Amino acid sequence: MGRIVLDQVSKSFGEVEVIPPLDLTIEDGEFTVFVGPSGCGKSTLLRLIAGLEDSSGGHIRIDGADATNVPPAKRGLAMVFQSYALYPHMSVRKNIAFPLRMAKLDQVEIDRRVDGAAAVLNLGDYLDRRPGQLSGGQRQRVAIGRAIVREPAAFLFDEPLSNLDAALRVGMRLEISELHKRLQTTMVYVTHDQVEAMTMADKIVVLHAGRVEQVGSPLELYRAPRNTFVAGFIGSPKMNLLEGPEAAKHNARTIGTRPEHIAISETDGEWAGTVGVSEHLGSDTFFHVKCDAFPEPLTVRASGEMTVGYGAKVFLTPDPAHLHRFDEQGLRLE
Amino acid sequence: MATQHSRSAARLMMAPAVILLLGWMLVPLTMTLFFSFKKYLPLRGDSMANGLEWVGFDNYVRFVSSSSFWPSIQATLIIVGGVLAITIVLGVLLAILLDQPMWGQGIVRILVIAPFFVMPTVSALVWKNMFMDPVNGLLAHLWRAFGAEPVQWLSQASLPSLIMIVSWQWLPFATLILLTAIQSLDSEQLEAAEMDGAPVLKRFWFIVLPHLSRAITIVILIQTIFLLALFAEIFVTTGGAFGTKTLSYLIFQRVLESQNVGLGSAGGVYAIILANIVAIFLMRIVGKNLDA
Repeated sequence: MGRIVLDQVSKSFGEVEVIPPLDLTIEDGEFTVFVGPSGCGKSTLLRLIAGLEDSSGGHIRIDGADATNVPPAKRGLAMVFQSYALYPHMSVRKNIAFPLRMAKLDQVEIDRRVDGAAAVLNLGDYLDRRPGQLSGGQRQRVAIGRAIVREPAAFLFDEPLSNLDAALRVGMRLEISELHKRLQTTMVYVTHDQVEAMTMADKIVVLHAGRVEQVGSPLELYRAPRNTFVAGFIGSPKMNLLEGPEAAKHNARTIGTRPEHIAISETDGEWAGTVGVSEHLGSDTFFHVKCDAFPEPLTVRASGEMTVGYGAKVFLTPDPAHLHRFDEQGLRLE
Repeated sequence: MATQHSRSAARLMMAPAVILLLGWMLVPLTMTLFFSFKKYLPLRGDSMANGLEWVGFDNYVRFVSSSSFWPSIQATLIIVGGVLAITIVLGVLLAILLDQPMWGQGIVRILVIAPFFVMPTVSALVWKNMFMDPVNGLLAHLWRAFGAEPVQWLSQASLPSLIMIVSWQWLPFATLILLTAIQSLDSEQLEAAEMDGAPVLKRFWFIVLPHLSRAITIVILIQTIFLLALFAEIFVTTGGAFGTKTLSYLIFQRVLESQNVGLGSAGGVYAIILANIVAIFLMRIVGKNLDA
């Protein structure tokens, strides 16, 4: 109930090829996140699955049936939009009931399902309000409610949290993950925020310029990025990607080491450098260290207890077990 | 307007405009009220200098008991209602059409707006002489081309003809306002409705039309105000004959053709009352719609 297969799907807008032919399988019940920088084609890909855009080539199969030319309403998918796209002139109840009314369900069944969704999403007190009277998080929940009452084969989320403030985003992230665990329905989620991708996904699809860079579980991507793009994109703060003679020592064009895999010491270590700006988060401190060996400063994580002033001399030692090596094409070397 | 000082400064600066507008409105209104209680027939020698005879509510009674009063109210309502219905229905359809991406969009939009720039007198004359003339009019030629007897538009179908002329003038206004309203509709809402299983007509009915309701009420409000005072088109085409005498035209006839200022002024006061009744109804509806 919700296996989506993309087979050589491509999309061009006129002359511009946004998505070159692409293969991808989203398993039933899986929480898949499309992540990538803006303009990488992730939203377009989602809209192709939804049927809001026509694909220029290839086939989309939903539960084995070819859905390439099926109109969006008949694909059995529900979508949550970035702007929530609530109908402003309808009450929350009518918003949630809208897809059911369109499906011509009888009123008793509509009420039952709307009340069910409202209970799941804590919207019971707001059913008679208009969307304009709700806060961002409540509107978000109404949009999700409208999606779940249809009992779709899969949910499609198009950057649903990007209009919320930071604290609310963390809360909604948890709620959506919770909802997925409860419903066990396929979810496809588009975001540019790698933290959302890491925290929510069963499977992350990293997209770059319409191409799939890597598909895998969050930890696979974190531990073994397939190329420098994924290495730089997944993980926060970014992995330090270093070139030059130090990289050559490891027989690689580029070496990568995450801020959390570098030891910092005031006495001895592999690379000498000077501390620049330090960012104190309380639990951790991130130092930006300018090393003599590299043109770019490195980001290093240290315990929050460590205090090294601006301009202090320090030594860095990368953890050899967590050193990533990449060749000329930027591909991972094992 | 935060402080006491800036508030009083603001009042002072607004005062000239307020006083001017108030005077502009109050002087004619008082004069109309004054004349409506007087016998004032300039051709029979009545004049302000000689003093006017106070007749109480005589003028009011005479205006209403005249055989042309109720037909004029009826003609007014038919014209206003007909023009509103046509401009809004066609306006919504045209706005949707113009919202579609098409070749030459800019020029088409300007052409659609064009009739609004034609003066009422001119457009009525153009319609009367070039389209509706029973001998040389385009419509007469068209009727003859199909072997039919040309319609004597302005005499046989006078009200529909007038409604047609006035609708042609006001359609661009309605279209323009509704087009801007349609353009402000969030496309994600339509996409969401499409995903929710609403076909084109239902998307129109449940999403587009409610979105337009505010613009539609504004169009109704503004057009009603102007259509109640419709004059030039009637003057130029039928001259009030063939059942096209509206309330405003009747007042004109009473004052200028019968030279009865008192009677005409009483009609003017009725027109003010009628306009206010309509305005109260409209403000209620609009107020409800503008709240949302």
